[in-house]
Amino acid sequence: MTVQPIVQGRGIVKRYGHVTAIDHSDFDLYPGEILAVIGDNGAGKSSIVKSICGAVHPDEGEIKIEGKPVHFNSPLDARDMGIEIVYQQLALSPALSIADNMFAGRELLKPGVMGKVFRQLDKKAMEDFARQKLSDLGLMTVQSINQAVETLSGGQRQGVAVARAAAFAKKFIIMDEPTAALGVKESRRVLELIQEVRSRGIPIVLISHNMPHVFEVADRIHIHRLGKRHAVIDPAKFSMSDAVAIMTGASEAPPIEDQQLTPKVA
Amino acid sequence: MKTIKSAIKLAATASIVALSAGAAQAETGACLITKTDTNPFFVKMKEGALQGAEANGISLQTFAGKIDGDVESQVAAVESCIASGAKGILITPSDSRALAPVIGQARDAGILVIALDTPFEPAETADATFATDNFKAGELIGQWAAASMNADEAKIALLDLNASEISVDYLRNNGFLQGFGVDIKDPTDIGDEDDARIVGNDVTNGNEEGGRTAMENLLQKDSGVNVVYTINEPAAAGAYEALKSVGLESQALIVSVDGGCPGVQNVAEGVIGATSMQFPLLMASKGIEAIKTFAETGEKPQNSEGLDFYNTGVQLVTDKPVDGIESITSEEALKLCWG
Amino acid sequence: MAEPAPQRPGGQDFEQTLNQSDTNVARFENTDRTFLKSLQHFLHGNPTIVPVVILILGIVGFAVVTDGKFLSLYNMNVILQRVSIVGTLAAAQTLVILTAGIDLSIGALMVLMSMAMGHLAVSMGVPAPLAVLIGLGGGGLCGFLNGLLVTKVKLPPFITTLGTWRIFYALIFMVFGSQSIRGGDIDKVAPLLKFWGNVLVLGPVRLTYGSILLFVIFFVLWYVLTQTAWGRHVYAVGDDAEAAELSGMQSDRVLRQVYIVAGVVGGLAAWMAIGRLGSASPTSFAEANLESITAVVIGGISLFGGRGSIWGVFFGAIIVQVFDAGLSMTSLDTQAKYMALGVLIIVAVAMDQWIRKVSA
Repeated sequence: MTVQPIVQGRGIVKRYGHVTAIDHSDFDLYPGEILAVIGDNGAGKSSIVKSICGAVHPDEGEIKIEGKPVHFNSPLDARDMGIEIVYQQLALSPALSIADNMFAGRELLKPGVMGKVFRQLDKKAMEDFARQKLSDLGLMTVQSINQAVETLSGGQRQGVAVARAAAFAKKFIIMDEPTAALGVKESRRVLELIQEVRSRGIPIVLISHNMPHVFEVADRIHIHRLGKRHAVIDPAKFSMSDAVAIMTGASEAPPIEDQQLTPKVA
Repeated sequence: MKTIKSAIKLAATASIVALSAGAAQAETGACLITKTDTNPFFVKMKEGALQGAEANGISLQTFAGKIDGDVESQVAAVESCIASGAKGILITPSDSRALAPVIGQARDAGILVIALDTPFEPAETADATFATDNFKAGELIGQWAAASMNADEAKIALLDLNASEISVDYLRNNGFLQGFGVDIKDPTDIGDEDDARIVGNDVTNGNEEGGRTAMENLLQKDSGVNVVYTINEPAAAGAYEALKSVGLESQALIVSVDGGCPGVQNVAEGVIGATSMQFPLLMASKGIEAIKTFAETGEKPQNSEGLDFYNTGVQLVTDKPVDGIESITSEEALKLCWG
Repeated sequence: MAEPAPQRPGGQDFEQTLNQSDTNVARFENTDRTFLKSLQHFLHGNPTIVPVVILILGIVGFAVVTDGKFLSLYNMNVILQRVSIVGTLAAAQTLVILTAGIDLSIGALMVLMSMAMGHLAVSMGVPAPLAVLIGLGGGGLCGFLNGLLVTKVKLPPFITTLGTWRIFYALIFMVFGSQSIRGGDIDKVAPLLKFWGNVLVLGPVRLTYGSILLFVIFFVLWYVLTQTAWGRHVYAVGDDAEAAELSGMQSDRVLRQVYIVAGVVGGLAAWMAIGRLGSASPTSFAEANLESITAVVIGGISLFGGRGSIWGVFFGAIIVQVFDAGLSMTSLDTQAKYMALGVLIIVAVAMDQWIRKVSA
């Protein structure tokens, strides 16, 4: 049986002058899974992820989305295909409201003349949609959808960013260190949120340094080392220290048959 | 900071020297330093200087401040002139006093310094001053205005230059008042008069915007204003607009000083009642001639009789002449105007 | 191989205690807010209040000092007429400052375009409507130049417009000379240029078309900034350009458009300026760029971008004229007037900073 991967990258290369950030790396994301990407600093994990969403333009190699080769010029192209990214710095405009942030760059216009000719925003529709999406994810603890994002706590902001991604993602979501800046309780909420999103059928690429969080939510772990996909493991079969050892080169990558290059068959 | 500044100055000097290096080194060098190069008056002055320089075989460098009152640029310009070995400097000082030290340096270096249009304080700071008799210019329009109306029922608005009260400003203002028959008290002070006919003074920066705003302010004090003195013709045009916007343009007589072509044209069209024309081209060309004489014979120019400067003349322009005051018509003046 | 890591869907071991922990992450002493704190919060939510309050205080203050003369119809009319030019420039300046930029060149751009319109129509015989269009387009082109330098060459807006300010000023005198184009000549061939100087008499109120246009400009700008996606993008780009870019806005394009629109509005101000002065004057409005920045700052637009309301600027522009007119009616001298305006600017920015701290 073969499940078609959502994303399939083969032999991806990216060089910056003499530095090879991505060195003939592969990458696979399958439907419905949370794929964690871990790697030491400078291993190129963020480069490989950026290359599948258009933020980095690979020099060589091939990227297929649902079997079709793609060439993204910018993350906007990827976004148009339904690929959403939750950036570590969240990419929220502090002074704008939650609703405005959710619809940043894809605002809804009023129907009829007011929208078509006068380009008037349909604020009510956007607010309703934002409120709906936040409640779906159990995030309606904020007082008002018109609150400025800067008045929210770190966890709430993360929630808005995740809700935005979940609301518009058709293919998959990339999350870059979603818990790095959060406290214990807020991290917990975000991890629950990630699982909530996955349960809606949207696959997630999770970049994180936090091993407990990775092991808790990931279905498979892509270990990146020296610009390459070094191994892909099943968190149920390896310990955190194994993963760290593989990631840092302290131990060899496990033999291919012990790896988890495709999802576990349920 | 200081080194950066002097480096910039050096670079500026170097580029100027390089630019003028084409001119033969043996020629007599002269500099013209104006307050700005945006005022048509100085533009005309520069034109006169360039003509004079060409006619007399003098190589002329020209400098200007960025805005009126830009002393620093003028100091740098004088320094550049000293460095380039000029024989003479023609300067309209942006500040009558602040430039004295650098002018002293220039004269110590054997350069003939002639103030154009604006005298230094004291006038002896420079070797000579070639200027309009600004007091006389004001006096002529004052006399004309007094003779053109019932001076006892005058309500006078005075639209001056700016808050610094430089000499040209108080000379014209007080000349006008004296000509009109007002006791001017201190001749170097603006606004110390107590004649009840004066509605007030305001500043215009010598442009239309300032003229309009100042006129609006004074109409506020008394809407019966019927004589408006203005420092120059753009200010007069602005004042006219302010009067016109409330339908009072025919009630007030506007007088001015300068003799720029649009100003003279405004006399022809009745916007301005009379203006005192001055002769910037003459100031500059006479200045260049003086530098040539000085370079050849070492002789310095002399002042006009009874004045502490060389008077380049002033001429009343009006199409409604009055007895006893010599004037020319706007038609004649259009042939002489500048700008 | 190593042992499998235990999967505990409820979270990590150390997190088990969370169930019993206090559900409050942090608490704020909301109960004993001082009056000042409440005021601060109120102003944070209603930033336009500050300029309105300053305006009212100013009007009342001058009315008292001048024995009510300040409130004369003539004076009110004059203030509304005067505000039109700098107010229009302030509208353009607002767009640029909202993107965390600044436009030092806008005043020079206006003078350049008013000379261009006047020169084309009067000296070159270009039909007046075409001269106006060329002036507006030229303003847009100058703005486009600023926008290109900011987005393509990546120069800071301050440096860019410091440079273009000088360039535009030099162009005025190099291309058009230093002599004003007379009102009389404009009347003869192109009265359209003075259109905005016409006066609409409504009983005792004498509004110039220019002051009406000013209101229209602000209304349109308000609509664009608050009711359209582009307006949201302007705020977002000024707030955090990187975040705006990452969330799918094209920051550079928005920036370029902002400078172009500012330039066109500057061209409109140029047209209005001819109406006010009666002539096209190269020496007037030398400080209009700084006055427009003053109006924007007093109006509560943050110089750091992304915050503030356009109506605040409307009131800010009026405040500047009210103080200017009011101080001229008192017997203060010109320098004292400048000083008072300086104090006003500092107070306004200090207020802005204080109000912004509310979120910190």
